[in-house]
Amino acid sequence: MAEKELMLGNEAIARGLWEAGVKVSAAYPGTPSTEISEALVKYDDVYAEWSPNEKVACEVAIGASIAGVRSFACMKHVGLNVAADPMYTFSYIGVNGGMVLTVADDPGLYSSQNEQDTRLIGRAAHIPVIEPSDSGEAKEFAKLAYEISEKYDTPVILRTTTRLAHSQGMVELGDRVVPEDKPYSRDIKKYCMMPASAIGRHHAVVLREERLAEDANTLEINRIEKGDNKIGFITSGIAYQYVKEIFPEASVLKLGLVYPLPEKLIREFAESVERLIVFEELEPFFETEIKAMGIKCEGKDLFTLEGEYSANLLRKALKGEDVATKGAEVPNRPPILCPGCPHRSTYYVLKKLGINACGDIGCYTLGAVPPLSVVDTTVCMGASISTLHGFEKAKGHDFAKNFVAVIGDSTFMHTGINSLVNMSYNQVHGTVIILDNSTTGMTGHQDHAATGKTLDGREVPAISIYKLCKAMNIENVVEVNPFDIEEFERVVKEETGRDALSVIIACAPCALLKGQKFPYKAECDKDKCKKCGACLKPGCPAVTKTEEGYIKIDETMCNGCGLCTKLCKFDALKLYEV
Amino acid sequence: MENTTKNIMIVGVGGQGTLLTSRILGSLMLDAGYDVKLSEVHGMAQRGGSVVTYVRYGEKVREPIVEEGQADVLIAFERLEALRYAHFLKKDGVLIVNDQRIDPMPVVTGAAKYPENIIEELKKKYTVYSIDAMAEAKKLGNPKVFNVIVLGMAARYLDFEEEEWLRCVRAKVPQKLIDINVRAFKAGYQSV
Repeated sequence: MAEKELMLGNEAIARGLWEAGVKVSAAYPGTPSTEISEALVKYDDVYAEWSPNEKVACEVAIGASIAGVRSFACMKHVGLNVAADPMYTFSYIGVNGGMVLTVADDPGLYSSQNEQDTRLIGRAAHIPVIEPSDSGEAKEFAKLAYEISEKYDTPVILRTTTRLAHSQGMVELGDRVVPEDKPYSRDIKKYCMMPASAIGRHHAVVLREERLAEDANTLEINRIEKGDNKIGFITSGIAYQYVKEIFPEASVLKLGLVYPLPEKLIREFAESVERLIVFEELEPFFETEIKAMGIKCEGKDLFTLEGEYSANLLRKALKGEDVATKGAEVPNRPPILCPGCPHRSTYYVLKKLGINACGDIGCYTLGAVPPLSVVDTTVCMGASISTLHGFEKAKGHDFAKNFVAVIGDSTFMHTGINSLVNMSYNQVHGTVIILDNSTTGMTGHQDHAATGKTLDGREVPAISIYKLCKAMNIENVVEVNPFDIEEFERVVKEETGRDALSVIIACAPCALLKGQKFPYKAECDKDKCKKCGACLKPGCPAVTKTEEGYIKIDETMCNGCGLCTKLCKFDALKLYEV
Repeated sequence: MENTTKNIMIVGVGGQGTLLTSRILGSLMLDAGYDVKLSEVHGMAQRGGSVVTYVRYGEKVREPIVEEGQADVLIAFERLEALRYAHFLKKDGVLIVNDQRIDPMPVVTGAAKYPENIIEELKKKYTVYSIDAMAEAKKLGNPKVFNVIVLGMAARYLDFEEEEWLRCVRAKVPQKLIDINVRAFKAGYQSV
C-alpha cells in the first residue's frame, strides 16, 4: 500500500509539483498560497524562489517553460491581477515545458481585500482552470495540470480556495518522475508576440480551446456520480464536499476542469435529473455558462454570491432545516497588531501628531481600527504611495501634508518602488513612511530582496531601501527606530513640514521574528500607578486594567518592546530582563 | 455514514496554539486508521483575533469544517471564545475550557464589556469541564504549554489510550520541548 500522509492542500500541491518533475518555481507570498513555496523548497532537485511580485514570478516561470522545463508560479487571487499582463499573453504563446500556476481564491475574506473569482480570469485569458476538492486531489491535479499544459500547449491554472489550501487531508505519496527537458529552439512565431505572430497565436488559442472543451467531456476529472435522479448537482472544489455531506444519495456532476466546460457531459447530466442545481462559491460562473447553453438550472437564486459556503447553507436552502442555533451575543475579537509590534509605536506617534495615512497591504493595515485609527485607505499592494500622490494632486500640499503613506518593506519591494519613482519624477511633495520590519510579516515571515536571505535559506547581499530611495533623487531619506518615540516624532514633524518629497524608513524588526526578540518583559508597580491610562493609548493587548483600575501586564503576551514604559510619566512601568 | 464522523473544534485567541493542538489530534486519528480532515486559520485572523480549527475523523470525512450544533467536543483556550462558539456543540457535546480571560480590543478600549460568569452560565446549558491551565503551566515552569495541559484534559473525553496521545505529542512538538510537553499532557490528563 502506498504511504499516506496528512497534508495541507498547499503541502499536497507542493508534493504534486515535485512528483511531476517541476524544476523551477517562483512566487510572492500571499495568504492562502504561501505554504506551497515553503513546502516545495524542502524537496531536492527543485529551484524555488521568492520573487518581488507575482508578475515577476510568472515571468520567471514563463522563461523556464520556454527554455524547456516544467515550471510553476503561485499567488493569491489578487496576485493574478499583478501577473495578468504576462499571463494573458503567455496564453497565446503556450508552453515548451509545462507551466502551471496555482491561484488561491479567498471566499469569506479570511485575509484579503476582495473576493474575486479566478475562474473568470481563466475564461478571459483563455487559460484552462482545474479545481481539486481535497488534499488528495490537490496532489493528483497538480500532476495532471502538467499533462494538460503540454498536451494542449497552454499554461494551466490550478485554482484553490482558502478552505482547501488550509485544510489537511490524506495524501497518497508517489515518486518523482522528471520528464526529459525539452530542447529550446528559436521560434519567433511562437515566442515573440509582436502583432504578426500574435495573430497566428490567437487562432491557435481558439482551436486549442475548442479541442480541450470537446475532450473535457471524457476527461476523468469531470465525472458523473449517478444517484437519485430527482435532484442533480453540478459542483466543484470544496463545494462538492458540502453536497456529498448533505445529499449523499443525490446525482452529482463533479467538475475537475472548471474551464472550459464539457457541454455534452452537462447536457447528458441535465437530461438525467428532474431538478438541476448548480452549487458554486462566489460568481455564478457555471450557472451563466450552462444557461447560455440553453439548459435550465437553479443556482444563485438559491445561494448567495458572497462569502464562504457550508453544508449548513445547503441544508437550509434546500431542506428548509435551520440547524444553525444562534450564538451568544459577545464582544468581537478582531485581529490586532501583536504585542511588541513596531507598527504600534509608529501609529502612536502619527496619531499624537494628528497625521493620517494612505495605507497598504500587510499587518499594518490593522492601524485602521481603534484605538489607533490612523490608516484611512487600503486598496492593493503598493497603492499607499500613489494614493498619497493623488491626494496631493487633487487638493494641493496643504491638504496632503496631513497625510503620509505607510508601506511595509516587502510591499515596497513588491510594487511600492514604481509609485515612489513616480512621485519623484512628477515632483510631488509628501512623506512616505516605509515600515521596515525586515520581513514579510502578515504571511508568516518570508524573506525578500531587502532582507538578505532567499527562500532556500541562502545569505545574499540585501538590497538597501535607503540607497534605492536615494537613487530616485529623493534628498530627504531618514532611517529611524520607531520605538525611539521622541526622535521618531521629531523626524515625522520635520519631514512632513517640508515642501518636498521625503522618505522615513522606520526600522525595527517584527516582534515575532526569530533571533530578534527583546530580552525583556514589562511589569507595573501598583504603588506608583496613577491609573491615568496613558499606556493604554497604543492598544497593546498585553496592557490591560485590573478591576481596581491599575495597569496589569500579561507576562505571557508581553514581548518587551518597552513602548508602554516610555508612556508612563510616573515610572510605574519598568522592563525587567528575562 | 454522516453520523459516524466525530467532530472536534479548538477555539482560542490567535497565538494560543490552536494549530499545534489540532495537528496533534490529526496525527492521533491518522495513526488510529481513520480518515481525517483538519481545517485551520492562517493569515490576518491569526493576529490576536478569534481563531478556530476543526478536526473531523471517521470512516470517510467529507467537509473539513464543523458547523453549528455538530461538535462532539469543543476545546476552548479562553472563556470568551468558549462562549462565542458554544452553540457549535451537539446537545450531548462536551466543552473543555481553559479558565483564562484575554480582553479583546473592544473591551480594552471600553467599547464593550467582558461578560461575567461565563463558565457558570455555560454550565447551565452544556457539559462543561474547566481548568486553570495557565496556573498549572506556570507550576511546570513554562506558561506556553498550557494548551497541551488543556489537550490532556480533553483526552479524557476521547476514546484513545494515554500512550497513543503521548506518542503524537512527542511527534508534533519541537525536539527540545518534548519533555515539558509530555509533563504538561500528563498534568492535564490526571487533573480529571
